Amino acid sequence: MTALRKSPSGLTGIVILALLAVVALLSFAGLLPYDPIAQDPPSRFLPPSGEHLLGTDQFGRDVFSRMAAGVGNSALIAVVAVAFATLVGTLGGLVSGFYRGFADSVVGGVTNVLFAFPPLLLALSLASVFDRDWFTIAVAIAIVYVPIHIRVTRGPVLSLREIEYVKAAIATGQSRWMIMLRHVLPNITSIIVIQVALSLSWAVLTEASLSFLGLGTPPPAPSLGSMIFEARSLVVIAPWTLIAPGAVVVLLVVGLNLLGDGLRDTLDPRNRGRR
Amino acid sequence: MFRVLARNRAIRRVAGMIGTLFGVAVFVFVMLRAIPGDQITAGLGTEAAALTPAQLAALERYYGLDQSLFTQFFSWLGNLFTGNLGFSARSQQSVLDMTLQSLPVTFELAVLSIVLALLLGVPLGMLAASRTNSPRDAVGQLVSLGGLSIPAFLLATTLLSVFAASFGFNPNGQGFASLLEDPLLNLQQMFLPALVLGFGIAAPILRTTRTAVLDVRSGDFVRTARAKGVPPGRLQVRHVLRNALVPILTMTGLQFGYLLGGAVVVEQIFSVPGVGRQVLLGIQQKEYAVVQSTVLVIALSFVLVNLLTDLLYRVVDPRVRS
Repeated sequence: MTALRKSPSGLTGIVILALLAVVALLSFAGLLPYDPIAQDPPSRFLPPSGEHLLGTDQFGRDVFSRMAAGVGNSALIAVVAVAFATLVGTLGGLVSGFYRGFADSVVGGVTNVLFAFPPLLLALSLASVFDRDWFTIAVAIAIVYVPIHIRVTRGPVLSLREIEYVKAAIATGQSRWMIMLRHVLPNITSIIVIQVALSLSWAVLTEASLSFLGLGTPPPAPSLGSMIFEARSLVVIAPWTLIAPGAVVVLLVVGLNLLGDGLRDTLDPRNRGRR
Repeated sequence: MFRVLARNRAIRRVAGMIGTLFGVAVFVFVMLRAIPGDQITAGLGTEAAALTPAQLAALERYYGLDQSLFTQFFSWLGNLFTGNLGFSARSQQSVLDMTLQSLPVTFELAVLSIVLALLLGVPLGMLAASRTNSPRDAVGQLVSLGGLSIPAFLLATTLLSVFAASFGFNPNGQGFASLLEDPLLNLQQMFLPALVLGFGIAAPILRTTRTAVLDVRSGDFVRTARAKGVPPGRLQVRHVLRNALVPILTMTGLQFGYLLGGAVVVEQIFSVPGVGRQVLLGIQQKEYAVVQSTVLVIALSFVLVNLLTDLLYRVVDPRVRS
C-alpha cells in the first residue's frame, strides 16, 4: 500500500475503485434511493433529474439503483471467482513447481487442456451447463482463470527451488509443506498480487459479457451486462440507460487495470531499477 | 529409435498437442453430460414426460444413450474422425456443413481484426517508446488502457447504434453476404466487427511493441548503427522493429487464437454467422451435438494456431532454433 503512493496510475486506480466500492456498499447495505427491481410503469423513460439521479428505464426502474446493485453483483462475482482461482491456481502452481515429476505432469496436462479453450468460450460453455445463479457463474469464471494462476506461480517456484536457502531448508529435513509456506510462498506474493488485480479486471469483463449474452445471473437481478443488453434498442429514446451502466463497467475495469499497472511498477523487482 | 524420436522437439510438441486434444475431448464430453436432461428431453421439452417407457427406450437406443458413457465417448470420437460431427435438427444440416460455412467467416473476421490491430498497435507502440514519459507515451498508454478496459459488447453496441441512428449506415441489418458472393457488401459488414475486435487486441500489441522496442533500443548494435550514421527512419524499421518482431509476433498469434472463440459477443451483435455464434445458438437451442463438436473444432484450431506461432517464431528468431 505504502509503495503504491509513488505510482500515479496505482493511486488513480485506488481512488476509482474506492468510489465504486462506496456505490456497491450502498446497495449491499440497502441504502439505495429505490428498489432496483421494482417496476413503476407510469414513470418510465424519465431523463436524469433530482428525483431519479440517472433517470429511469423502460419499466420505470431507477437506473442509478440498478447500476449500484449491478456494480455490487459484478464485484461480488468477480471477487469470489478470482479468490477461488487464486487459491486453486497458487496451490497447483506450488505443487507442480515444487514436486515436479508426476505432480507436474498432471497439473501441466490439466492446464494445457483448459488453455486450449478461448477464455470466453469456456466460461460460456460452463455457464450453460450449470443451474445459473451468482455462485455458479463465479465458479464458471474461476475455472477459466485457474490455469493462468497455475502458470504464473509455477515458473518462479521452479527457480526458487534451486536457491540455496530453500535447498538448506530441504536439507534440514523440514516438511515440504512447511518449506512451501514459509520460504517459497512469501517470495512469490508480489507476483500473485499483481495477477489478482489483472484477473479481477478480466473477471469483471467476462461476467459482463456473459450477462450481456443472457448467460449470467438470471433476470430480474440487476447486472451491468444485461442492463447494456436491454438498453441496446433504447439508445435513441433514452441514452442514459446505456451510458450509465456502460460508463460504470469501463470505470470498474479501468480502475482494476490501473491498480494492476501500479502494483506491477512498484512490486515487480524487474521494474525497480527503471524508475 | 524411440529415444531419437522422443528427443526431437517438434515431435514431442506434436505428441503433447495430441494429448491435450484428447483431454479437451474428454472435458467437453463430460461437461455436456453434466447438463440435467439429455437430447430427448432437450428436443421434446415437456412433451418428453408423455413418452411411454417403450418409446423412451427406443429413442434412447436411437441416440445411443442406452450404452455406457465409455462406449458413447469413443463412438463420438470415432465419428469425429470420419467427419461425422453430428446433425442439427433445427437447421436440418450436418454440423460439419455448418462448421464449414461458419469457420471461414470467423477466420476472415479474425484476419481483418488482426490487420487493424497491427496497423493501430505497432505504430502507436513505436511512437510511445520513442520518448518515454512524454505526451506521446501518454497517448499510447491511454489507447491501450481503453482497449483493455472497454468491453467489446459495449463498443459494438455503441458503434452500431451511432452509425445506424446518425448516418443510416447499417450493412449488418441485411442478410449476411459471404466474401465470395458479394465482396463489397461483405467487407462493409465486416468493417465494424473487425474494428471493435481490432481495437481490443491493439492494446496488448501496443504494450508488447513498446516494451520490445525499449528493450531492443538499449542494445549496443543500435548505438553502433546510430554512430555509423544510419538515418533514423531506417534505424527504426530495419534495426529496431525487426529485432522487436519476435515478441510482437508471439502476442499476435496468441490474440489470433483468442479471436476464434472470443469473437462470440461481437458475432452475435453484428449477426455475423461465425463459429462463436454457432456455439451460442447451440446453447440457446439446447442442441448439444452442435455445441460439443463446434467447441472441439474451435479448441483444435486454437491449438493449431498456437503451434503455428511457435514454429513461425523459430523461423523469425534464429536464436531459438538451436
